[in-house]
Amino acid sequence: MKKKTLPKSSSQEPNLKGTIISVSIIGLIIVASWFGVFGLFLSR
Amino acid sequence: MAIEKLLKYEHDNKFSLTISKSESRLYMSFIGFAFIALFVGGLMGLLQVLVRSGYYTLPAGIDYYQVLTVHGVILGLVLTTYFIIGFQYALMGKTVGISETQFRVAWLGFWIMTLGTIMSAITILYGKASVLYTFYAPLQAHPAFYIGLALVIIGSWIACFVNWRQLYVWKKKHPGEKSPLLAFMVVINMIMWFIATLGVAASVLLQFIPWSLGYAATIDVLLSRTLFWYFGHPLVYFWLLPAYMAWYAIIPKIIGGKIFSDSLARLSFVLFLFFSIPVGLHHQLTEPGVQTTWKFVQIILTFMVIVPSLMTAFSMFATFEITGRRKGFGGLFGWFVHLPWKDVRFLAPFIGMLAFIPGGAGGLINASYQLNSVIHNTIWVTGHFHLTVATTVILTFFGITYWLVPHLTGRKLTPTINRLGIIQTIFWAVGMTIMSTAMHIQGLLGGPRRSAYSEYGGSEQVAEWGAYQVAQAVGGTILFIGIVLMVYIFIKLAFFSPKGNEEFPIAKEEMDAEPTPMWLERWKLWVTITIALILFAYTIPIIDIIQHAPPGSAPFAWPIGNN
Amino acid sequence: MHLHKYEKWWLIFGVGTLIAFLLILAYGAFYLGTHPQSHGVTIDPENIGAEETFKPENLGLTKLDEGKYVLNVVASAFNYDLGTDEEGKPVKHIQIPKGSTVLIQAVTPDVIHGFNIAGTNANMMVEPGFISSMEVTLNKPGEYTLLCNEYCGSGHHMMFATVEVTE
Ligand code: HEM
Ligand SMILES: [Cu+2]
Ligand SMILES: [Cu+2]
Repeated sequence: MKKKTLPKSSSQEPNLKGTIISVSIIGLIIVASWFGVFGLFLSR
Repeated sequence: MAIEKLLKYEHDNKFSLTISKSESRLYMSFIGFAFIALFVGGLMGLLQVLVRSGYYTLPAGIDYYQVLTVHGVILGLVLTTYFIIGFQYALMGKTVGISETQFRVAWLGFWIMTLGTIMSAITILYGKASVLYTFYAPLQAHPAFYIGLALVIIGSWIACFVNWRQLYVWKKKHPGEKSPLLAFMVVINMIMWFIATLGVAASVLLQFIPWSLGYAATIDVLLSRTLFWYFGHPLVYFWLLPAYMAWYAIIPKIIGGKIFSDSLARLSFVLFLFFSIPVGLHHQLTEPGVQTTWKFVQIILTFMVIVPSLMTAFSMFATFEITGRRKGFGGLFGWFVHLPWKDVRFLAPFIGMLAFIPGGAGGLINASYQLNSVIHNTIWVTGHFHLTVATTVILTFFGITYWLVPHLTGRKLTPTINRLGIIQTIFWAVGMTIMSTAMHIQGLLGGPRRSAYSEYGGSEQVAEWGAYQVAQAVGGTILFIGIVLMVYIFIKLAFFSPKGNEEFPIAKEEMDAEPTPMWLERWKLWVTITIALILFAYTIPIIDIIQHAPPGSAPFAWPIGNN
Repeated sequence: MHLHKYEKWWLIFGVGTLIAFLLILAYGAFYLGTHPQSHGVTIDPENIGAEETFKPENLGLTKLDEGKYVLNVVASAFNYDLGTDEEGKPVKHIQIPKGSTVLIQAVTPDVIHGFNIAGTNANMMVEPGFISSMEVTLNKPGEYTLLCNEYCGSGHHMMFATVEVTE
């Protein structure tokens, strides 16, 4: 597939600042809970 | 190559098909059956939490594990399958249509499934099949239990064939067009279901039925477990994908927006097809007879199936943000504040999405190889899937019910029911937060799942778990009230709501959306890759399991009281 | 197919995290040798006594050396057989000094059972036809419950013993 069939510059990209912050929070929750149980595993 | 968006398609889309009265009856039969299951299963759930609190004993000598078998089978297998098939038929009927023959075959499927369900249910009620919904050998249930299960699977295959045929016929009539997004998703889900159920069907037909009838003296336990989990993991994705269908293609419409990206939605479904199946060994990590290398290989594949869920999370927030900003709510989170919180068609699935954050994080932990031994078979696992299935999936299904049922019965979702629905959603959210959190913590402390109340000889460690079991009873009771509310709402919407026309919300793409690449419709390629991945992940482990099999196991009926 | 700039970031971060987790797990597994149990050693479930390890006199806790123990267990519906004491009574309580390593070996003559010393990493499935085994070190003193965490029938929740880790 040819990628640039439509001229789309990043300035036309929608503003998704809130989205990237929201998903980052999810990411942090995942990382924190994973290390939490990982720590529990090591301590046992 | 990309397909041009045809004007005609836009036209078709705008005037999406109408669902006839007789079609509605088919779809409503599946959905109605699911709600009966919800009520019965929910009642069992209530009994379980009460027993486990230590303050209640079951009357008339009813066995806890009989109750738990009803709960697991009827909610995990019956409710989900019936709702999903009914919902998916409605999606297909709306987007690609159903022919007279397909319609009749679909009814046949319904009756075969229902016959099977009734057979299994009777054996469970007679106490002849208290084997839980996983029916691990060598516990032996009455043969009718396994035959009933086989019929349910075969009936569901008929739904697969009909759905595939529906899209096939549509594509013949619309050459060169991309298939409607929802139809594409339904067909992916049914391909996954079909390939996955082959495993459990083989196990039930070739192992369990002959063995329970006495034609085979012994059963290969590890093989049966491996075939079960080959099915058991994609089973959870079979539950999840219909929820994702609603998230990707229906929620945007409800909040007044457009689909974020048609191609990314399709791509994520293709990835789910690839990586949902070759991962079942992550349920068998603490088993003695499976090689470590292959356990680890399947762990890597399991981590791959997280990627499409990451994509989905991004798409959801992006849809919310773009829609909010277009309506003029700026700032970092202004869009968030202005989501339609008072519309239960949005609120219920949204709470479902939230539940998937801890649900997904927990799943990642469960699949993390060594970490599995921290939580394996503890009540943490039960807490985990009451977030994923019993909240994310079920609340999304409730969210669908609010518009689908009145749409099918020619009624309206009234403001009163909407308000009641919001209360229902809050009950569910609160009850589940309490129950699931208590389960997660008790699980980390070592409390086992699938266990009636026991003080285990009165040790101090076990005494500490008591408070969490009481909390589960509190949460579970709130949840049960939620179930009663929902069943009431369903009955209202199906039979008593005022007549009218409820919208079937299907979101559209942006006018200037990038065209969806045609390669996403290479069905044969997707199926080939799926099968190749399965062969890669399972061939050697299965050969190894068969070659190094110990002497088989004779049936054991007495431990479950099946004499 | 177009990906938004932020979606690229998100996927790079997400996939990167998954890879990091996998590397940590793989390091533990293949470098340090910490696997969940998987030895594939088979046994005839109808004749477990034929195996020296699981003869009645060899069941229970045996001290091999300073800080080294073996624990042989037969799990059956609905009991853990940990051998008998001097008076011939079944052992339901064992004591292990903290910090010692214990090789646990368990089998079943009937259905599937679990073997979990609650609150520790000693967590395995016990399946007919296989010898389950793993080595654990119990570092925290206290009284732990050994319990069955895989459904095995109507008495499943009555299947337990206690493990005391002593100072
Ligand atoms: C009133 C609401 C509910 C309550 C109070 C409840 C409670 C419980 C409890 C306490 C258990 C664990 C019992 C044990 O391990 O001993 C359990 C297991 C289970 N629940 Fe629920 N639940 C509810 C709703 C649901 C729903 C809606 C679903 C599915 C859509 C569901 C699916 C399951 C499944 C599959 C199991 C596993 C059964 C097994 O381990 O064999 N539950 N439930
Ligand atoms: Cu899984
Ligand atoms: Cu048990």
